Parts: sequence; structure tokens; C-alpha cells
Amino acid sequence: MSSVATLQGADVQESHDTHQHHHHHETFITKYVFSQDHKMIAKQFLVTGMIWAIIGGLFSVIFRLQLGYPETTFPWLEDFLGHWAKGGKLQPEFYYALVTMHGTILVFFVLTAGLSGTFANFLIPLQVGARDMASPFLNMLSYWFFFLASVIMFSSLFVQTGPASGGWTIYPPLSALGDASSGSKIGMDLWLISMAMFIVSALLGGLNYITTILNMRTKGMSMTRLPLTVWALFFTAVLGVLSFPVLLSGAILLLFDRNLGTSFYLSDIAIAGKILPNEGGSAILFQHLFWFLGHPEVYIILLPAMGMSSEIISVNSRKPIFGYMAMVGSLFAIAILAFLVWAHHMFVTGLNPFLGSFFVLLTLLIAVPSAIKVFNWLTTLWRGSIRFTPGMLFAIGFVSLFISGGLTGIFLGNSALDLHLHDTYFVVAHFHIVMGVASFFGMFAGVYHWFPKMFGRYLNNTLAYIHFWVTIIGAYLIFWPMHYEGLAGMPRRYYDFSNWESFKMFGSLNEFISFVAMIVFAVQLLFVFNFFYSMYKGRKVTSTNPWGSNTLEWTTPIQPGHGNWPGEIPEVHRGAYDYAKDGHEFIPQNVPVGADETHH
Amino acid sequence: MSTTAIPTNTKWWNGGRSPFNASYGKVMMWYFLMSDAFTFGAFLISYATLRFSLNDWVDANHVFNAFPFFGHQDLPLAFVSLMTFILIFSSVTMVLAVHEGHKMNRKGVENYMILTILGGIAFLSCQAWEWTHLLTGEHFALTKSGAIEMLNTTVSHNPWGHRISGEVLTNALRHTSPDVLRSMILEHNHSATLASLKDLNANELISKIDLNEVYVGRSGPAAFGSYFFGITGFHGFHVFSGVVINIVMLAKTRLGHFEQRGHYEMIEKAGLYWHFVDLVWVFVFLCFYLI
Repeated sequence: MSSVATLQGADVQESHDTHQHHHHHETFITKYVFSQDHKMIAKQFLVTGMIWAIIGGLFSVIFRLQLGYPETTFPWLEDFLGHWAKGGKLQPEFYYALVTMHGTILVFFVLTAGLSGTFANFLIPLQVGARDMASPFLNMLSYWFFFLASVIMFSSLFVQTGPASGGWTIYPPLSALGDASSGSKIGMDLWLISMAMFIVSALLGGLNYITTILNMRTKGMSMTRLPLTVWALFFTAVLGVLSFPVLLSGAILLLFDRNLGTSFYLSDIAIAGKILPNEGGSAILFQHLFWFLGHPEVYIILLPAMGMSSEIISVNSRKPIFGYMAMVGSLFAIAILAFLVWAHHMFVTGLNPFLGSFFVLLTLLIAVPSAIKVFNWLTTLWRGSIRFTPGMLFAIGFVSLFISGGLTGIFLGNSALDLHLHDTYFVVAHFHIVMGVASFFGMFAGVYHWFPKMFGRYLNNTLAYIHFWVTIIGAYLIFWPMHYEGLAGMPRRYYDFSNWESFKMFGSLNEFISFVAMIVFAVQLLFVFNFFYSMYKGRKVTSTNPWGSNTLEWTTPIQPGHGNWPGEIPEVHRGAYDYAKDGHEFIPQNVPVGADETHH
Repeated sequence: MSTTAIPTNTKWWNGGRSPFNASYGKVMMWYFLMSDAFTFGAFLISYATLRFSLNDWVDANHVFNAFPFFGHQDLPLAFVSLMTFILIFSSVTMVLAVHEGHKMNRKGVENYMILTILGGIAFLSCQAWEWTHLLTGEHFALTKSGAIEMLNTTVSHNPWGHRISGEVLTNALRHTSPDVLRSMILEHNHSATLASLKDLNANELISKIDLNEVYVGRSGPAAFGSYFFGITGFHGFHVFSGVVINIVMLAKTRLGHFEQRGHYEMIEKAGLYWHFVDLVWVFVFLCFYLI
């Protein structure tokens, strides 16, 4: 009796058993809007994430215009942005708003919700062999809280005083005092409220992902047979569930400081000669609370990309992943260390140097599991029968970017070097390569690889190859020069460098970076076009397993309905990486172990 | 559904069954509580950080010494002990409700759920009284202006600093407004009236104040009120949600939903949440009243 309910949420059980009867009751609203099907929710996250990515990317193009061409005016900007670009010149206040919103949107709305929201929802039930998430209803709520957060954040773009503009890290006192800048007024409150909604969404999603992976695996799917995608999404969810609440606490205290006259983060401050009554608070306290989320957040963004790349690289090398258990172990090590390194963002806050050296040690320790992963990807590729599908190219691109960005992380993790590099373009280059672009590559790899499963059609390959080559070359052209600028001391978050003698020599370099950024942005629009065009007009998928992959999602029909498998859920007899074994090109997980097979 | 019957010889983690036979709902509740523990943990750690970075805090025995209907009697921590007892006792009745659920005794579940809900409401009422008492009660405190003022306890006012006496006090009295001086007299001299004090000048008023009877402190760190109202408020909101959840559970029990379902697991899940809220209170109690 209850053993059935134990495995599958009651709603799904019902919808499957009575599938025939219920089918015609599905309306547009229940199928496309308030859907409880994990695959539809995944698509909702993906499309919302793409819209945000376009907005966030567009913002970066606009502020790159200012950085690349500080002397030029663009009259069309005024038509577009009104008084924020008076006379065709971006105003400093709005420059900061754009930078802040670019970071917020890309970090949270695109690479957290858009990435894990899409692929955790889509892949977990399909790959562990479940009809749906543990709680489809909470899963639906998770999307709609994200949607609510999106609406609030979007509306903050249109308030009179502009959106939040104190940087995506919203450090007080700037963010705590409404009089400190125009972006610290209502826009900041909307930012905090939006993030609170976002955290609820992340929590509901994360609880579902963890529970589904632990409780809903099909028969034979032991933890050590899980595809690495699922392992990565599992650790991502654990990180999110334990770190986002701390940001929530920090945000609530900040809201109190802003609106109720408390002094959690404020002490001894004067604005425009007026001494404020706040006493006894600590601005550093906020940084601790923020980075306790902020650092795990980096891995929340990165781990899904790692998991998907592992899977895609193995499938398209036609070889087992090298060191499966080492891959799982290194994910685990990264997840643990992610919680113990937050203060490496705070070396210059006056942190006790002894404490600093503790954080340096733990930070550099992350290089060990990271290197294990990189070597395992490379050894998986080594002597493989590589198929350069678009998904595979992006997965390899991910490895390349992860190495490049990871190496500069070793520089920044040293407190002695960080004193010089902190808040320079070196940092901008580092985190854009290692978590921004790299995670985007993981996301693109996932979209190209699983698009056939999502929509029953392929993306256009020619457009995909153009997308890949322009993006990877462009990304390096944009961010590589920034390392030199940073080493020369060029600070991030400045509106205009042309007044500094020491940074004048970077004028033409900045122009070049801005020029490439525009081209790369244009190519992303090509991807968006490819996505929506192929959704309706792409080449149709004709076999259930087009990539010759072992994982369970390819045992479903080409376009699975709610409940995923029309008949019984397949039983699993082997791990996910039996490629090139005993003369077989691949052996799916649901194939029983034959008598002639060598021991696995 | 591939697994209608579960073979008993499979291992916990091999798939096809839930590890430890825990239902997904209970597992999910445990993860939620872990996550919520991090929220409270962040609040309490930031409280501790700020409190121990300040030289001065409040004396809980002095702040929390009132009891409803007992007037000005000094009863340190008596009321909060009662509140804590009520909340812990409601956890006991919750356990009994879960126990009755295991026995499939609907009447028993109903009775114990009613007691649990009443316990939760009683706790919230106590908290409401305590908050009102702090927010409306005015106390004499030496403020930054150098004068004695009447302050209530809010997120930005804290009249509970160290007691002042001697020269500091006499100096402060000289800068204090006549209105406050009159209130100080009325505080202990019950035969005096506002009319009788109206025509006295400041020096005459000061001479009428019995400095052994009137408690005057420095104004303490505002962070006390900020954290006290912030954290007990956040906890109170959790208790409130718990009461609402328990009322829904009671209604579902009454309507026979769980009897039809064949188990009272929802009561268990609500119980997990309720015990968590009680456990958090133990930490809040420790941080604000005992340490």
C-alpha cells in the first residue's frame, strides 16, 4: 500500500494510471502554464532564463559602449533609455545600475535558475527513472516563485530612481541607506524582495531535486550507477538548500536597516555632513553573510555544467568516463570546500591575517578536486572516437575555459597577491571565464545535447558551429586582455578611465573588448533564433536514442508524455558509462548483464 | 509503476525503494528543516558577532522581570519560563497526537491536536504581551544629549544600559527637562500629583526625587532591540505558521482524510516542523534570556 506512495508522488501515480481517461482534460493552462510535468517546468525555466540572458547581455553591451567609447555620444541611446542617457551619453548612475543588474541577472536568474532550474528539472526524473519529481506541485510553485521574483526585479528597472546600483554584492552601507545614491532607494528594496522570492524558489526546487534523487530512483539504480549529471545536480541542490537561507537572513536584516531604523550593518556614518544616529552595527557582518552564500553560489553555477560536460564528453568520445568514483568524490570535496572558503572574497576588509591564511589554504585545496576533474575529462577524451557534435564542442570548450579560469583562481586565492589584484579587472576576467562563460558553455552543451529529447527535433548544426566558434574565440578575446589590465591595477566598476594617466594606454584595448563583446552578443541572438526556429522547423528526431547514449532518458518515447514511460519504468542493471565494452559500442543501463560479459 | 511489491532482500540504496523506507514527504521536511536551521543559525551567529563586539549589553534579569497582573514586582525570567514551558508542553501533546495517529485513533489525534494548537496560541499570546510590555513601557535613561529621557524598548531605543548613580546622575538631572523630573517623582511618590508639582522649579523637583527608588540607566546598544524583535519575531512567525498548519491538520483529521488514506503521516510531518520550532526557541531563549 504505502510502499507505492513512498516511491512516487500521489499525483503522478494517478495521472499515469488513469492516463487514458485524463488525457483530454488537459487544457492550455494546465499543460503550458501551471504545468506539474517536470519537463514542461524545465522548459519554462529555460525560456525565462533565455529572456533574462538577453536582457542581461544587452546591459553588458550598453555599459561596454561607455567603457570602449567614453568620448563618443550615441543619440539612439537616448531614444532607448531616456534621461538615463542624456544627450546619448550613459549617465554614471545608470552605468552602475546596468553593471549591478547585469551581475544579478546573470548570476541568479540565468546561471542559477536558468541552468539548474532547467536541467535539474528535465534530467533528474528522466535519468534516475522516475515518473516525475517527488512533489510536482512544489516543483510548479518553484517556477512560479521564480517568475514572481523575475517580475519584481524587472519592474525595478522602470522605477523613477532606477534599479539597485550598488553592485550585485549589495554591500552596505551603500545599499542600506536610501540617501546614499539613487540606486539605493526603492530599486534596492525591490531587489531584496525579488531575491527573497528567488530564494523561496531555489529552496522548493532544491528540496525536490534532493528528495527525488535519494528516494525515487528506479530499481537497480544504486547511487553509484547514477549518471554524473545527477550527482552534480544533487550536490548543487545541497549547496543551494544550505547556503541560500543565509543570504535570506542577511537580506532580511538589510531590509530592516533600510526601513525600520535598525543598525545591524550601520555604525558611525555621515551623509552629506549629516551624522546618522546608527551605532554599533558592522558592515563586515553583511559581507560574511553574503559570501557564505556567495561562494557556494559559484559552485551552484558551475557544478551542473561540470556534470553535463562529463556526461556529454563520455557519450561523444564513445568511452567510459575516466574515474567515475573520483568524479563523484571530487564533486563531494568541492561541495564541502565551497562552504569553507567564503572569506577569500574579504582579504582586504581587515580580516585577521592568520584567519586569512586559513582561508588561503582551504581555497587552494579546491585546486585538487578541480584538477582531478580536468585530468579525468582529458583522459576520457584521450584516444576516444570523438564525435564533434555541437554539444560535444561546447563541453570541450567548457573544459578549456575551466582550466584557463581555474588557473587565475590560484593567483586570487593567495591573500598576498589578492591585495594587489582585488577589485581589478583581473578579478573580472577570472570569474567571467571560470564561472560565467564556462557555465554558459555547460548550459549550451546541455541544450544542444538534450534539445532532441526536449522538443523531438534537432538544432541546426551550421548555426550551432558558428555559435560555438565565435563564442569561444570571442570570449577569450574579451576576457584575456582584462588580465593584463587588472595586473596593471585597472579597477573594476569605474565609469570612465580616460581621466587617469596610468590607464590611458588601455583606451584602444577597451574599445577592442567592447567591439568583440558586441559581436559575441549578436551571435547569441543567432542561437536564440536557432532555438525557436528549430523548435518548430528543425529536423525531426527519428530514433529514440540519437546519440547512442546509455542513460535512461533515451529509453522513453521520442516525445514522452507526463509520466515519461508509457509502460513500466525500466529496471537498471549497470552503470551509465558502459561504452566500448566487450565489442559493443554502447550498452544502455536497462540492458541486463549478459553471461559473456566481463565483470563490471 | 514498476514496483508494486518491494522485495525485502534488496539493499536500501539500490533503487526501487526509498532508503530507510522514509517517505519522500518526510525526507523533504527534514531537508527543509536543515535549510531553515541555517536561516536561524545565520541570525543567531550575526547576533552573537555583534553582541560580543560591543562593550555593553543588557541584563536580561532586569529587562524581563515583569509578569502580567503582578505590577511592579521583580520576577526575573518568570514569564519567559512560563512561555517556554507552554511551548515545550505543546511539543509533548504533539508527540501524543502522532502516537495516536500510529494507533489510527482519530479521536485521540483530534484531542491532542487541539491541545497543541491551544499551546501554540498561548505562546503567541504571551509573546504579544511581552512585546507590548517592552514597546510601551517607558524607562528613565541617560541619552547622548546628556539629559535623562523616557525611552521605551524598540529597534532603535534601548533604556537598559548600566545603572548610573553619584555625580553622573546629579549632572544628568541638571540637564533633564521638568516633565521628565515630574515623572521621576511620580514613579515612587504616590501621594504627589501632577498639579502639586506644576509650580516647582527644576531644583525643587530634583530635591524631591528619591534616587534610591528611581532606576536610571544609560541607554544601551540599539542592537539589543533590533535583534530581540527581529529574531523573536521571525521565530514567532514560524510558530504562527505552525499553528496554521496544525489547524489545517486538525481539519483534515476531522474530515477523515487521513483515515481514508490509511495513515496519519501528515500529522508526523507537521510534528517534525513543530518540534523544530520548539527546538529553535530553546536556542533563542538561551541567547536572549540566559546568556
